[in-house]
Amino acid sequence: MSAVSNGTTPAATPKPNPAGAVANWADERLGIATATKKQLRKVFPDHWSFMLGEIALWSFVILLLTGVFLSLWFKPSMGEVVYNGSYDQLRGIHMSEAYESTLHISFDVRAGLLMRQMHHWAAMLFIAAMLVHMMRVFLTGAFRKPRELNWIIGGVLLLLGILEGFAGYSLPDDLLSGTGLRIADGLVKATPVLGSYMSFFMFGGEFPGDVIIPRLYTAHILLIPGLLLALIAAHMLLLVYHKHTQWPGPGRTEQNVVGYPMMPVYAAKAGGFFFIVFGVVALMGGLMTINPVWRYGPYNPAEVTAGSQPDWYMGIAEGLLRIMPGWETHIFGVTLSWNVFLPGQIAPIALLMLVLAYPFIEQWITGDKREHHLLQRPRNAPTRTAFLAAMITLYGLLWAAGGNDILATVFHLDLNTITYFMRGAIFVIPPLVFILAKRWCISLQRHDNEMLLHGYESGIIMRDAQGGYTEKHLPLSEDRAYTLTARARDEVYAGMSGEDANGVSAPKARMDQLRAKASKAWFATNVQKPTAEEFEEAHHHAELEHAHDAPLEGHAADGHQFDGRHDVAGDDLTHKH
Amino acid sequence: MSTDNHDEGHELVPAEPLADPGLPEHLPRPTDVDEGAAKRAERQVATLFGLSSVFALLFCVSYFVFDIGDDPDTVGGLGASNVFLGSCLGLALLCIGIGAIQWSRKLMSDHEIVEFRHPAASPQEDRDEALAALDAGITDSGIGRRPLVRNSLLGAMAVLGLPAIVALRDLGPLPGKKLEHTVWKKGMKVVQDVDGTPIKPDMMEIGQLVNAEPAVFFPQDGEPELSGHKILAEKAKAAVILVRMHPDDIKPTELRKNWGVDGILCFSKICTHVGCPISLWEQQTHHLLCPCHQSTFDLADNGRVIFGPAARHLPQLPLELDADGYLVAQSDFTEPVGPSYWERDRTDLK
Ligand code: HEM
Ligand code: FES
Repeated sequence: MSAVSNGTTPAATPKPNPAGAVANWADERLGIATATKKQLRKVFPDHWSFMLGEIALWSFVILLLTGVFLSLWFKPSMGEVVYNGSYDQLRGIHMSEAYESTLHISFDVRAGLLMRQMHHWAAMLFIAAMLVHMMRVFLTGAFRKPRELNWIIGGVLLLLGILEGFAGYSLPDDLLSGTGLRIADGLVKATPVLGSYMSFFMFGGEFPGDVIIPRLYTAHILLIPGLLLALIAAHMLLLVYHKHTQWPGPGRTEQNVVGYPMMPVYAAKAGGFFFIVFGVVALMGGLMTINPVWRYGPYNPAEVTAGSQPDWYMGIAEGLLRIMPGWETHIFGVTLSWNVFLPGQIAPIALLMLVLAYPFIEQWITGDKREHHLLQRPRNAPTRTAFLAAMITLYGLLWAAGGNDILATVFHLDLNTITYFMRGAIFVIPPLVFILAKRWCISLQRHDNEMLLHGYESGIIMRDAQGGYTEKHLPLSEDRAYTLTARARDEVYAGMSGEDANGVSAPKARMDQLRAKASKAWFATNVQKPTAEEFEEAHHHAELEHAHDAPLEGHAADGHQFDGRHDVAGDDLTHKH
Repeated sequence: MSTDNHDEGHELVPAEPLADPGLPEHLPRPTDVDEGAAKRAERQVATLFGLSSVFALLFCVSYFVFDIGDDPDTVGGLGASNVFLGSCLGLALLCIGIGAIQWSRKLMSDHEIVEFRHPAASPQEDRDEALAALDAGITDSGIGRRPLVRNSLLGAMAVLGLPAIVALRDLGPLPGKKLEHTVWKKGMKVVQDVDGTPIKPDMMEIGQLVNAEPAVFFPQDGEPELSGHKILAEKAKAAVILVRMHPDDIKPTELRKNWGVDGILCFSKICTHVGCPISLWEQQTHHLLCPCHQSTFDLADNGRVIFGPAARHLPQLPLELDADGYLVAQSDFTEPVGPSYWERDRTDLK
């Protein structure tokens, strides 16, 4: 490819192999050699948790493929028709073209039902994988500088994914999807000042109107997928630019990245993984019914089925709506529906803002402006980990509240009691979980230090001459010990001192004090890794212990050989006695 | 981490306690040293890829062999076609995926590679150059020296937002008074929602609930028919329920004293929370429960909210009997039905 052949003389390179010829052809037009020479052998570190994002990516690809298939038959129209297809129970019934074509796809297009079910399962997987991927990034601190922007992109992707899922869920125009839209209409109407106008503009008149499905269709197959695609591309580009984070370990530092090359190992693994995700989704579509719209019937605003549930990712919004007390203010002749507006609009926006701002909030508290490429074990960031544990608890509680009627029937509980319980629980239980999780992290940190200094518990019991028993502790391997210490020491921000503080305006000084307090709450109880002196001392202690144990040497029960203090490679371990 | 000297300058921070032992030595896999094992792995991978083609062909066979249509219940309630198509496609894909991963794990080189990182920021000279270029561009444009050009451009851009907003005006009509009225009016018969049968009081027993609608949705011969989505929009407001209770159990407000007929009352079916149709009726307690978020209304007590997120009572439709003894409305609802909205109190009369 080094040969230049844009002149009149033919290229003088010896005839390359066919792949080389293709590469040559492409490079002479696209100059891709420069662009790809580094990327082809780009290094990707390996860990099971790095697959979560990949699942999300591949589910998106599956959604594109199955979605295009569906769009070949789906008719996004609310025009009324009489059903005349294969499904007996609904023949002769008036319904929208959208619902009719969904039935058509399910019963009269071969592989149509499979594609519909795959599309729906992939949608669930897409959102679930994004959520879990996000938790992984959060727990390991992978959102820290320089990756804050990718965290934001990720948060927006999750939001768009949920909106896209809601739009898709509404398309078939069955009883459940219509009920979902009705609730959306109620949420919109509760907007202060503009509510009824927004509702009329959205539905092209009074709910349900005849334009909402075509409009959602445009959003579902063009607008939102386009945005998703662009943001996913940006997400990937930034990933490549920053290079993937890695777990610390021998030879794995902040300055390097260790792993397998893009070509061939990572390409084979990631490519293979695409087929696995695709295969699993196909099996799910073939073997597990999802959203059997033919059982619900067409949308009718005067009907609803008991126990109707939205898709799982709407669960927390549903839960919030359900446990919110019925507060409404009537003042100056206007109505403010706190009962709908707070849980339906303010809460989701506040949650989103918190998620997007999180890296910056943490950075402000910790004052940490360094780049980080090594991941943290969740226990080594106890406050953050505990915060997530509390958020997961909150999520779980709201999710359960979203199914309070189902809980009531399954467990024979009183519905109202569950609701009252949840109203209190969301304020009480997450803080408790926070405290417990933080303590647990700290005790795990202590345990790590214990092992570093005194070795791990070997399970070997020693009896000395006086008849005293001790458990033998064996030192960790060098690699393991190094890995455990490969983390930064936390520094509590002490606030501005003496000279710095002089000449600073009062509000600024107050902020600084707040920050010092936050930093203390954040870090102060963390356990730091042992210092070199502590290691020295522990080593000394171990020697004393060795001296104590020395007379017992040679009187070993089986297994005693493995005391880690001498090489057992040459010993004939099994036939010692 | 031993090379990680971010902490320089803080003399209180202790040195790193353990030195980095460096990358562990690469240990060969069986397939690296044993040609037999490698051959075996190669055969496994090829078999998986081969199986994939078999399943792909079986998919095509299933496509033509199994009928679809109205039998989603054969084979575990899923339909034979769907089960076979899904299984074959799934297995064909899985075989490729597992084969590729087996290939990468057993046969591709597993030497780890080290690449060095660079700070995300560009080198200082690049930044300086970029800034200089930007400065040069700004200076050349004269935007700093000619604020008039700058400001008028900014103004033009801002005003350009107006057409973008105005052009969306036709998304829908203005609400006007549409949310305040339904198709109910004086003398309109209350009919069963299934077939449009008009209802006489003696057709209902005490404790019974009937889902009902205004008679316009079931036009008699000659009457104009509402078109498809118009009906839906009207239904979304006008759907009602009739309940018959013991007249002694009912505690109407002064104003509603004569809104019922022999203990039969008529309420809006549209929840005042966010608009689900309500239908779960407990006859002993006279409670009506919304299936969406469990708001509970006491129909014996003017539709008052007794539990749940709804904030307002269910609107009640005043009933009377017409000359033939059928239940009819005395008027439209006296307040807007359904979810709250900002300007709703404009017509909240009672
Ligand atoms: C990126 C994320 C996407 C998500 C989360 C998603 C989600 C959904 C969901 C939940 C449904 C309801 C399926 C059902 O009937 O049970 C649906 C329907 C549909 N989707 Fe998507 N979808 C996505 C992308 C796409 C794309 C890219 C296209 C087309 C290019 C598409 C085309 C359709 C069509 C035509 C329907 C209606 C088909 C039917 O209901 O039978 N979707 N989508
Ligand atoms: S719509 Fe009835 S409780 Fe929410």
